[in-house]
Amino acid sequence: MSHGNMNLTLKVWKQKNKDTKGRFETYDAKGISPDMSFLEMFDVVNEQLISSGKEPIAFDHDCREGICGMCSMYINGRPHGPKDGITTCQLHMRSFKNGDTIVVEPWRSAAFPVIKDLAVDRSSFDRIMSAGGFVSVNTGNAKDANNILIPKDDADTAFDAAACIGCGACVAACKNSSAMLFVSAKVSQLSLLPQGKIEKQDRVLNMVKQMDEEGFGNCTNTGACEAECPKSISLENIARMNREYLGASFTQNKA
Amino acid sequence: MFCLIPLTHNFKYLFYTIMSKKTGFLSSSIGKKFLMGLTGLFLVSFLVIHVTLNSFIFFNDGGVSYNAGADFMAHNPVIRILEIGLFAGLLLHIFQALLLTMENRKARPTPYEVVNGGANSSWYSRSMGILGSLLLLFLVVHLSNFWVPTKIAVFNHTEHNTFAGMKEVFAQWYFVVIYLVGVISLLYHLLHGFQSAFQSLGLNHKKYTPLIKKTGIWFSIIVCALFAAMPITMFLGIIK
Ligand code: HEM
Ligand code: SF4
Ligand code: FES
Repeated sequence: MSHGNMNLTLKVWKQKNKDTKGRFETYDAKGISPDMSFLEMFDVVNEQLISSGKEPIAFDHDCREGICGMCSMYINGRPHGPKDGITTCQLHMRSFKNGDTIVVEPWRSAAFPVIKDLAVDRSSFDRIMSAGGFVSVNTGNAKDANNILIPKDDADTAFDAAACIGCGACVAACKNSSAMLFVSAKVSQLSLLPQGKIEKQDRVLNMVKQMDEEGFGNCTNTGACEAECPKSISLENIARMNREYLGASFTQNKA
Repeated sequence: MFCLIPLTHNFKYLFYTIMSKKTGFLSSSIGKKFLMGLTGLFLVSFLVIHVTLNSFIFFNDGGVSYNAGADFMAHNPVIRILEIGLFAGLLLHIFQALLLTMENRKARPTPYEVVNGGANSSWYSRSMGILGSLLLLFLVVHLSNFWVPTKIAVFNHTEHNTFAGMKEVFAQWYFVVIYLVGVISLLYHLLHGFQSAFQSLGLNHKKYTPLIKKTGIWFSIIVCALFAAMPITMFLGIIK
């Protein structure tokens, strides 16, 4: 064991599939370098499990650079662990101390059933996107971007909302399992821009309807989502969605 | 007569927009929160009147100004009508709160083993259901202390000295304790609820939201301090 390496105890949720009951399993993580990422620590543990003929821990990951949103882990009571504004893959082991016990759980929400261990099914987010998270345009050559002028502030606000990577940490953090931060970010990023304004009313109505059908809870404005979001998506988006939803419900000219 | 037919049709359509069980505004998560915010702010507006009138006891004139105010409230027809609205609003608020809390429980069937809620939100923002339930328990005691005797007096056309009733209740230490618990629950319910209501109604603005948040904090503290001072000063005999 090289200097500064740590020995940790992991308490990890193991669950075969969504229809079985899960339980916690305890693992030793020995000789962990403080420079490893949290996922690399899991890789080390899994290597050891595989070489001793045991089943590795299933977890989601892809880009490992904070942009895909796959690495869902609820670490010591917080989504993506103890640091603000990052995903699990960006969390380093130097955030822990030698001898620590770390409890790792999957996102827990009725709308995110466990696939296996720490991996959850977030296709409910995909269905919300299919319900309205798009603009209908004819394909063909891309138009000149400066054809439609967009105020700088609108472009910036839309861009901030578009930073959402769909990780689901907002749902995981919320005591109500509400998906309002995610949905509002997606509603905002489109409705703030001229191309998205055209379908604004249908979009917000359909996306909220789908969100409710998926079984997410109701927002009580605790702000946990904003605090835990790796992309610092703002609660202002939720208020924007609330007003758009109100407006669309009462003014949409359809029976 | 003929023009009434399209009118009722329009109302039917509006009713459907709001109330339809499947697609109505109020059946959606956002609509429910909207009603929660509206009824919450309505109750806040009532608090303003309630605390103002009750503060008449601080004139310390043996309850003369306070009783005059209470008497006006008990007999004014406008206030009588508003009272019905107040009860309706309160019931709606409680009903919605129950519905939301139950749905939110269902949204997380398996609880977390470890939750570090303090890292991302205030304890009272996560405890609105419990704080509200404490308020409800308090309201039962509160209404039976004051509202019921006043109603009986009005019904029997007898004289009723509300100020004297207040002194009687607050001579007992356990009522003072119950009222203080009620006021503290209200304080924390409002510390979150006041600004939360604006967010639920979609009112979030770079300039005004900081103002709303500060107003909410000061409003909660001032109203609750005044309410808390009433049982305390009466118990201690400062208000005679
Ligand atoms: C009597 C029993 C009561 C119960 C059970 C209750 C319960 C609740 C619950 C569960 C919420 C939702 C939590 C949230 O949105 O964060 C809430 C919100 C609120 N309550 Fe109450 N409450 C009660 C009485 C009151 C009273 C007396 C007032 C005011 C004087 C009040 C003012 C508010 C406000 C302003 C909100 C915020 C609405 C929003 O966030 O949209 N509540 N209440
Ligand atoms: S809003 Fe933030 S926490 Fe929620 S899905 Fe998007 S990036 Fe993740
Ligand atoms: S693995 Fe892509 S964000 Fe963490």
